[in-house]
Amino acid sequence: MSLPAELLYGRSHEWIRVEGDAVVIGITNYAQDQLGEVVYVELPEVGTGVATGEELGTLESVKAVSEFLAPVGGEVIGVNERLEDEPNLVNEDPYGAGWLVKISGSAEGEDFLDAEAYQQFLEQESG
Amino acid sequence: MRHRAIRPEPLFFELNPRRVRRQGYMLPTLDVPPVEPARVLPANLVRDPDPHFPDIGEMEVVQHFHRLSQLNYAVDEGLYPLGSCTMKYNPRINEQTARLPGFASIHPLQPVAQIQGALRLIWELEEALKTITGMPGVTLQPAAGAHGELTGILMIRKALSTRGDPREVVLVPDSAHGTNPATASFAGYRAVEIASADDGTIDLGALEKMMDDTVAAIMLTVPNTLGVFEHRIVEISKIVHDRGGFIYLDGANLNAFAGRALPGLMGADAMHINLHKTFSTPHGGGGPGAGPVTVSEALLPHLPVPRVVRTGDDYELLWEDPESIGPMRGFYGNFLILVRALTYIRSLGAEGLRTMSDVAVLYANLVRHRLSGAYHLKYDAPSMHEVVFDDSRQARHEVHNTDIAKRLLDYGFHPPTMSFPLIVHGALMIEPAESVAPEEVEAFCDAMLAIAKEAEENPELVKTAPHDTPVGRVDEVRAARDLKVRWMPEDDGA
Repeated sequence: MSLPAELLYGRSHEWIRVEGDAVVIGITNYAQDQLGEVVYVELPEVGTGVATGEELGTLESVKAVSEFLAPVGGEVIGVNERLEDEPNLVNEDPYGAGWLVKISGSAEGEDFLDAEAYQQFLEQESG
Repeated sequence: MRHRAIRPEPLFFELNPRRVRRQGYMLPTLDVPPVEPARVLPANLVRDPDPHFPDIGEMEVVQHFHRLSQLNYAVDEGLYPLGSCTMKYNPRINEQTARLPGFASIHPLQPVAQIQGALRLIWELEEALKTITGMPGVTLQPAAGAHGELTGILMIRKALSTRGDPREVVLVPDSAHGTNPATASFAGYRAVEIASADDGTIDLGALEKMMDDTVAAIMLTVPNTLGVFEHRIVEISKIVHDRGGFIYLDGANLNAFAGRALPGLMGADAMHINLHKTFSTPHGGGGPGAGPVTVSEALLPHLPVPRVVRTGDDYELLWEDPESIGPMRGFYGNFLILVRALTYIRSLGAEGLRTMSDVAVLYANLVRHRLSGAYHLKYDAPSMHEVVFDDSRQARHEVHNTDIAKRLLDYGFHPPTMSFPLIVHGALMIEPAESVAPEEVEAFCDAMLAIAKEAEENPELVKTAPHDTPVGRVDEVRAARDLKVRWMPEDDGA
């Protein structure tokens, strides 16, 4: 799967999409592939404040429970409620219907990679 | 293939599907007028619908459970290579001592004068564990490893609050047992992850940066979950102690070095010991286990009560101590497990315990030597009692660790621990433990090598395994997403 060029990527395999004063957060195709089939997603409550790098929630696959971290700090203003019944969306459409959390905050000053740089990062990781 | 029943076994509720009336026992004829339960009991106590217990005879019940027992896999059957779990043999003599009436038939509320032998056993096991760890104090109360962790961290918390220096953070390596961060959170701390260096041990540079006056403790597993000895443990302890923190050792892997190294000299302030791992008491089936915690001088005053105190040849229980964190469990923990552990320690003696650790390490290295040509080792630091491979070579043929584990069932072995530690993708974590004969370890390696060959030559065979078990590949994703925890009458198709 090619990496959407309009997204920014974190080194712990989250992606973000900037929407005005907010960012939408998900995990990358690489991350969902490493996790395996997701069977349960634990999301934060709307209104929760998080700092960059803090745990936002957990993804449970048949292999393991993994936490996902906030790539930017701010307040949680939306969560993907469809994941409650359809956690498989994280696997099937990681960059679209499988998004996780929306945070009011800015990616300014945070260290993100663009699609090309993230692709190189992945190649180093698996090499 | 080992001999075992291979007929699919129905659920208990599915026995006697035609509902022919039969029963194991005849009740005497009713000699009082019958009463409808709903007329005399509150509605919430009356089962509706009928619970639908099957009508079955005694022999059917016996056969059902006997067949189920044949489908089980146990330490008594063969190698049980669950890394990080230390599935070792429980010698039969442990069961004999635990059944002695003086241990098995006493009551915790009996006067201490009548249970002197039991108290002496507790005291002697405490002394043995202090000697084995080189630490001055111990509590035997915790019922399992994670309970021991909580006990240790609460003592650290008490020590910090007593000196007027409450802290907020507990550092946990990224290779840690999952219980470590859970313990830290449960004890009111924030768990912060610390990265591993390239050899799988703690990154000293990262520790230098993170260790400040907000850090209460670091929780370390030695050897760590990669089976690698934390060889800079003394330096780590110095950094942490110099900045006022405590060292918590997860002693789940003590069976790798008991008799060869002393956690007390490594700088440990608290360490739990899983008696059901290192000291052979039964493991699995949900316990009961025991997770004693040994402590340094600094934590001695905070040990839980009640404590066994010896005066001359008399043993007493100390119930009150204002410095103590209080009781962590009713009375003295899982006492009969303590009996088994002391039996094991006394059976082996000091020399025997050293040999135990040596053989555990030898076997893991035998596996490593035999399998490293076929399976990839992400971290190649020397192995202690377990070795962690991954499935990256087999993944080229679309064969993953789950498939390898399932195929092992066809070869008559319990699979190793999978997908842990999390820092190794597609992990296969193998711990033979020292109790089996070397031929059994070799036979396991032969099976693993045969599967590696199959993965290259006939990957489909591995991907669709198991083939020789009464139930084939189960749909784990559906089982997790569409959870059914209770059999319902409408499920049986009757």
